[in-house]
Amino acid sequence: MTDLPPLRVALVGNPNCGKTAIFNQLTGSRQKVANYAGVTVERKAGRLVTPAGRRVQVLDLPGTYSLAATSPDEAVTRDVCRGVYKGEPAPDLLVSVVAATNLRLHLRFMLELRQLGRPMIVVLNMIDAISKQGLTIDIPRLQAELGVPVVTAVGIKRGGGQNILAALDAPPPPPPTPLPEGTDLHAEVRRLLALCVARTSERKQLFEDKLDRWVLHPVWGMLILFVLLFIMFQAVFSWAQPFMDMLDNGMKSLGDHVGALLPDGVLRSLVVDGIIAGAGTVIVFLPQILILFLWILALEESGYLPRAAFMLDKLMASAGLSGRSFIPLLSSFACAVPGIMSTRTIQNPRDRMVTIMIAPLMTCSARLPVYALLIGAFIPARHIAGLFNLQGLVLFGLYAAGILSALVVARVLKRRATTDEHPLLLELPNYRLPGLQSLSIELWQRARIFLSRVGTIIVTLSVLMWALSSFPAPPAGATGPAIDYSLAGRIGHLMLPFFQFIGFNWQICVALIPGLAAREVAVSALATVYSVGASEADAASQLAPLLSAQWSLATAFSLLAWYVYAPQCFSTLAVIRRETGSWRLVWISTAYLFGMAYAASFLAYHITRLISG
Amino acid sequence: MRLNQLSLRTAGVIDHIEALSTHDAIAQRLGELGFVPGEPVKVIAFGPLGGDPMAVEIGFTRFALRRSEAHRIVLRDNTAATAPSCAAQPHEQADPAAPSPATSTADSSSRQAPVAGPPA
Repeated sequence: MTDLPPLRVALVGNPNCGKTAIFNQLTGSRQKVANYAGVTVERKAGRLVTPAGRRVQVLDLPGTYSLAATSPDEAVTRDVCRGVYKGEPAPDLLVSVVAATNLRLHLRFMLELRQLGRPMIVVLNMIDAISKQGLTIDIPRLQAELGVPVVTAVGIKRGGGQNILAALDAPPPPPPTPLPEGTDLHAEVRRLLALCVARTSERKQLFEDKLDRWVLHPVWGMLILFVLLFIMFQAVFSWAQPFMDMLDNGMKSLGDHVGALLPDGVLRSLVVDGIIAGAGTVIVFLPQILILFLWILALEESGYLPRAAFMLDKLMASAGLSGRSFIPLLSSFACAVPGIMSTRTIQNPRDRMVTIMIAPLMTCSARLPVYALLIGAFIPARHIAGLFNLQGLVLFGLYAAGILSALVVARVLKRRATTDEHPLLLELPNYRLPGLQSLSIELWQRARIFLSRVGTIIVTLSVLMWALSSFPAPPAGATGPAIDYSLAGRIGHLMLPFFQFIGFNWQICVALIPGLAAREVAVSALATVYSVGASEADAASQLAPLLSAQWSLATAFSLLAWYVYAPQCFSTLAVIRRETGSWRLVWISTAYLFGMAYAASFLAYHITRLISG
Repeated sequence: MRLNQLSLRTAGVIDHIEALSTHDAIAQRLGELGFVPGEPVKVIAFGPLGGDPMAVEIGFTRFALRRSEAHRIVLRDNTAATAPSCAAQPHEQADPAAPSPATSTADSSSRQAPVAGPPA
């Protein structure tokens, strides 16, 4: 059987019907699953071998309500199903995934797929949830009416995809006979529902009814939104502290131990000043990043995000955008790269372009180490009104500054736009309790991504930084610190005339350059530069007290302001190029962010100096 | 009466979707989302600023619509603006596409009706 060519199947269905959960179930992949429409924006392929030994290639396609695509992600699905996707023959079998909890909507699209007349099977996903709705589905009847195999599945449960595997082993079903052209598919859905679905118990008031009264309430809903965001930033500081102290102490004692083991010289400097001081300073921020992600992931899985988009739609509209831009922008808090990719769910091309341009203003998690370092060094850990952590408050302010600037920029970019409509039409999914298992898997993946970044890019750049700040050695008889003669010292001093107006010293100037590759590296580069420059060897992980002793408050605020707008990292620019296909947009966004960063830093520096005297 | 004129937690039944132009993508998409003649709809929330957008329940699904989008959805005349929230219209009888007349029990609210019709 294994010598057969692999069967090519495509998972197709409405947004948020659980295709990706099934895909992960079947192929053992760990693609991102969340509770809102539009998590998957490109086709993803995976492989599996059925119990009978049949090789299968599975495509996970972006969800769509119809084959009449209105946005780029939906066009992918349409083209693959019709067999006109570039370099991709039509799949051998369409697996139409239907959420059993939302048959009325999902069966219609299933019928639309059936009209293609290609071999297909229907998967009733989330079958475990329908008994809670007090419904039963007559599956044999449904199968007979549709003329295609119907199997059940529970995408989020281990082993919940077994029926699908069995169906893949069965001989391929004959293509269904399409209904006559022009059949009212909605009427057909109603007919099927009346035939195959029965109510077994009274309908209880849905959880959604009760919760949405609060969550979507004009006053309470806004309050809930702000409290959620606020706690998120507070948590980043308060919850993470003990873990950070642990890591911090660990790094420090590691530096001490290694420092004591190695003979004084270049090797010790490389390991202690370059690697431990550099990469070690960044690792310390792992707990904060994980807490931020824990919140984002929990919000994503709960189904709250589209409701937040509902609450903020008018605000987005005032900036000329729709609530549709909300989710891409929110993903950008993790990283602008997936955020920019998820703009594919935005129908209006101009809305999409503007969302891409402002996505880098959302503070990505790579900027968190920079913020956390400076806030930790310069803002006292005081409590205001006995409740709010001042450090968390400042962090909240920095995020808010990014968001407000984004709205202003969007407004300016849309100034001359025509008054065409920006569709919202956003599905508000059922609430779901975030699963501990999936949360921990995703968090673990995040931790792995972060650690491998530290282990690769950040260590490399730290070593490079170390080399730049150590060589060439000062000429014999030189006075002044050795680092001033190094390459880094010279580059920094070269940049200084431009950046001194915004209060940067030469060390900051040097750190800005590797920060373009990965923003966290600005932190490790500062650590390396100061560590090499410091006389005693134990400067590792001691960056914060060093900075607060050497920098003025104005300089610290200036650098914070700089990183709100921070000239983007290269990967963001690359994804803008890829998603828009335009170098012009790349240049425009680089230039405007650079300009805003400089202006904001200038203001922050001089205003702080005026106030603090 | 149109969907955007419906008051909070009031149910109505869709009469038709009005396309604003010949190629009105939004009107078409509304149809694909299940906003079709005969379906009961209910407003569950209005946005915090100026009551826009609105959250609408149709079947088991909830959608956020801008008022301009909801404006395209024309409701049946017998949808009284003042209808109490849970007294749904027994719309199936009036709907030729419905397979069987639903026995409107007292609790049959608008959202369950299309799914919970007794088996033929």
